[in-house]
Amino acid sequence: MTPRDLMGAALRGLSANKLRSLLTVLGVSIGVGAVIVLVAVGNGSGKAVQARLEAMGTNLLTVSTTGGGGGFARGQAGPSAQQYSLTLADAAALADDRLAPDVSAVAPVMTSSGTATSGDTSYTVNQVIGTTPEYMPATNTPVELGQSFTQQDVDTSQRVILLGQTAATELFTRPATAVGQTIKLGAVDFVVRGVLASKDSTGFSDPNATAIVPISTLRATQAGYGPLNQIVVQAADKDRVDTAQAEVTQLLTARHQVPTDQTSPFRIANSAQILQTSQDTAATFTALLATVAAISLVVGGIGVTNIMLVTVTERTREIGIRKALGARRRTILGQFLIEATLLSLIGGAVGVAVALIVTRFQLAGVQPVLVPSSIGLALGVSAAVGLFFGSMPAHRAAGLRPIDALRHE
Amino acid sequence: MAADALIEIRDVTKRYGSGETAVHALRGVSLRVEAGEYVAVMGSSGSGKSTLMNILGCLDVPSRGEYWLDGSNVARLTEDQQALVRGRKIGFIFQSFNLIPRTTALANVELPLTYAHLRRTERRKRAARALALVGLSDRADHRPNELSGGQQQRVAIARALATGPRILLADEPTGNLDAHSTDEVLGMFDQLNADGRTVVVITHEHDVAARARRLIQVSDGRIVADEVTRR
Repeated sequence: MTPRDLMGAALRGLSANKLRSLLTVLGVSIGVGAVIVLVAVGNGSGKAVQARLEAMGTNLLTVSTTGGGGGFARGQAGPSAQQYSLTLADAAALADDRLAPDVSAVAPVMTSSGTATSGDTSYTVNQVIGTTPEYMPATNTPVELGQSFTQQDVDTSQRVILLGQTAATELFTRPATAVGQTIKLGAVDFVVRGVLASKDSTGFSDPNATAIVPISTLRATQAGYGPLNQIVVQAADKDRVDTAQAEVTQLLTARHQVPTDQTSPFRIANSAQILQTSQDTAATFTALLATVAAISLVVGGIGVTNIMLVTVTERTREIGIRKALGARRRTILGQFLIEATLLSLIGGAVGVAVALIVTRFQLAGVQPVLVPSSIGLALGVSAAVGLFFGSMPAHRAAGLRPIDALRHE
Repeated sequence: MAADALIEIRDVTKRYGSGETAVHALRGVSLRVEAGEYVAVMGSSGSGKSTLMNILGCLDVPSRGEYWLDGSNVARLTEDQQALVRGRKIGFIFQSFNLIPRTTALANVELPLTYAHLRRTERRKRAARALALVGLSDRADHRPNELSGGQQQRVAIARALATGPRILLADEPTGNLDAHSTDEVLGMFDQLNADGRTVVVITHEHDVAARARRLIQVSDGRIVADEVTRR
């Protein structure tokens, strides 16, 4: 019996009860589809987080202070919180190539918030950032329209402002018309120097609802001369992030005379570490989704067994006839195995097709990214499911004695 | 063992079940059929004639005794070799036709040729020839449920003949047929036997048995009469 003959017999067998075959195929295709789609969703969310973090810059260190609580906890008349406050002098020291050779750019950051008004329109800017021009390239925040402010603007406390996309849209409807206009932030007039390029959200807050002004101007007009909120440090190279981090820690520890027995009051967030952590999380998430999907694939496989058992029972007489006509054990085995495998392979193909369509759309806010190996794996597993779950009914059919099978009513 | 005996069974018994509830379907049957004979096996239901037919057709194995078919001991054959014997040497005709449903007449006739590993074109040719022999060439593409009982049985005969077996085993071949179809089918058996094929018909109808040249009567698991009725 040639493979073509076997295939023909199997197809006739399957078409004998189309609805039943269809439902079984559906079970398998849901399993296969679920595996591919869910793995793609997991992969997609991982990729999205990675892309956002990479957009932030992977060689970025964010230095902030925890306030030096350790001294007080021990009840000493020890260092005050002020001793560990970050200052512009710290930023200047970090920018010094001799003190921190692996640091390429430093930007001190102070944040505030305020209501911006333009004519009759007012908008509350959640985050008004005061910083230096280094901030924009270091944090991957390009100016899309107009231009950035300069170091000279910082030195002379110019009242210029860069608006985020959301802020610009809220105030001027069309961001393009914003450049050159004057707005009020609090009670002070600012000239819009530029509009920042749109950024993807990395969290719950809108990264476009910002405004950036020279740090000197912010201090003079809005925030006062308190400590810096943070210092953004860019490592010279992706591979030098760790050494840069060590230099920053050492330098700040020395400058603020932190006792050696005390935990560092400075928190240095390393974007590469954050990236690694979120990738691990995404991998766990993907594995979890894949497990759930694999369970549904197994359920689909059990459906194949079930239907094949019914089929074998129903067609016992046919098996008897075939045996009387000279069909050998392995011929019968082959016929039913091929039927079962066809069921699950067709199911697999349908599942892949549906998955390919479904993954073109956003699911739960995530753009799924197909993992090519998951398609091959799902198809292979569905064929294996057919062979595995079909083998028991097929063996039962092949093992029937011809006379028993023929007598079956 | 005489070389010319096509079928030889010796002291065959067949028991179903065991102990107190055992049913003895055959209680020691010996039988010799030469090539080219036309034998009718008669008996009431429960006499053991169907069991005899199943053993002759290698569909079942004896509990005790020997069965030599065309020179080979059937009991010694493996399951696959028995399948081969069924496919090559025996053509079955059943009371209920036993065509594969949803499969065309031609494909049904082709089936035993498929199991005999013939090439596709050769199969088609032989199946078509067998169908022509029973006068159903114009029904080749019909499915069993589109054929009358008589036509179905003729397809079954074509299927039994397709592999060119030495023996035709018919189990109540006319049991489900009207008088006209019965005549047609029996006429074919006569013709096939005249062409030299060995025909064994199991029946409980006297007019069917009367067409054979040798009549064997089975009762209660034993052969009670064996006579040549016609030369």
